[in-house]
Amino acid sequence: MKRAFPIFGVVTAVLLSYGLYQALVVAPTEQTMGEVQRIFYYHVSSAWTAFLLFLINFVASIVYLVRRNTKADIIALVTAEVGVVFCTVVLVTGPIWARPVWGIWWTWDLRLTLTLVLWLIYVSYLMLRRFSTSGQTPLLAAALSVFGALDVPLVYFSIWYFRTQHPQPVVGGGGSIDPRMMHALLMNWAAFLCLAFMISWSRYRLERLRREVEEMQGLEALLEPRGVR
Amino acid sequence: MSSGLTTPTLIKDLRLEWRSKDAINSMLFFALLVVVIFSFAFDPIAEESRQIAGGLVWVAFLFAAVVALNQTWAREVRNAVLDAYRVSPAPPNSLFLAKAIGNFIFVCVLEALMTPLFIAFYNLRALGAAYLLPVVAILGTWALVVNGTFFAAMSLRTRSREIMLPLLLFPISIPAVLAMVSATSAILTGEYSPKFWIVLLVAYDVVFTTGCLLLFDTVLNAE
Repeated sequence: MKRAFPIFGVVTAVLLSYGLYQALVVAPTEQTMGEVQRIFYYHVSSAWTAFLLFLINFVASIVYLVRRNTKADIIALVTAEVGVVFCTVVLVTGPIWARPVWGIWWTWDLRLTLTLVLWLIYVSYLMLRRFSTSGQTPLLAAALSVFGALDVPLVYFSIWYFRTQHPQPVVGGGGSIDPRMMHALLMNWAAFLCLAFMISWSRYRLERLRREVEEMQGLEALLEPRGVR
Repeated sequence: MSSGLTTPTLIKDLRLEWRSKDAINSMLFFALLVVVIFSFAFDPIAEESRQIAGGLVWVAFLFAAVVALNQTWAREVRNAVLDAYRVSPAPPNSLFLAKAIGNFIFVCVLEALMTPLFIAFYNLRALGAAYLLPVVAILGTWALVVNGTFFAAMSLRTRSREIMLPLLLFPISIPAVLAMVSATSAILTGEYSPKFWIVLLVAYDVVFTTGCLLLFDTVLNAE
């Protein structure tokens, strides 16, 4: 497993550079939006990656609630952290794209608001994990993750009704997309998935080591005879 | 599910509150401050205030409710009452329901006392179906209180728990707040129908009451 990590790192780096080349050089320039549209390849791939990570977080939380499995808890923690990072990328690249194209930085439309609310929920999830005093943290966090998942459809319907005039999605919204653009997008998404997986993997190893060290220290403190220090 | 323990705990909490009036006094004064500060901050005319009142009212109630919710479990932590509950064979959900209903009553009393003040300060008059306002108030209050009680129990186990509660409660409450505010504005302005928002509130209440009842056992016994 340890040897696989650098190999995987190289694969990710190659994929990322290939994705960059595809997005900046190979993909044709969009007719109305111009060069700025190229941010799309990063914006959309980060969004899909973030949503996938949040989904994994939810599944891992359920597994933890049912089985009380430590690995599931670490996976939940790691995917939430990395998911928030990718979600932040989405929320930052979005306005950069929106400003020249729509003329505004932000609009309270369905997908933007849903992403923002998801981001808020997961930031509060990380806050809970940070402020919670040891031991019970995994359970409380898993419960909060379930609550967040219950909230998503309600947020969706409320904002859908609140703002019915949202712009059509670029992918799957009826309009056709150039196959080269699609290729660049999928390549970038694959690269981002690899990157997210790599960060999560190393974070997972770090968290396991951290917990092991904590356990060892606890044991040592128990074994140490009193008064001798 | 909620056997004998709900009513005695609820009556105990109500009696304690009746004698001390801690929660209701602090909530009332807090809500009053919010009303006054908002009216300075926005200085609205009658027509404007009809547009923004829904938002103002619910933000004031939301903030005030947090004051009461934070005190929900504090009483039980002192003298390790909560640990006694935990080892007793009583179902945890009956305790949760007692606390949630207690908070619901406190916040409803607050709303009943504050609404006339709002009407007076902002010169409000409903142009839509005013009889729906209590329905929205009851559904909205339950939406805030049921999750608030749950998250208050959760934040008991955290450092700086008073800050933790709103950090957990507000993101999850966004759809409920949106529904309450929009329904209230719809009724006050009479421009559109509040039906969708009331249905959404009902859905929110059902979903999260079920969620709380399913997970409260886990959170209470998290050790």
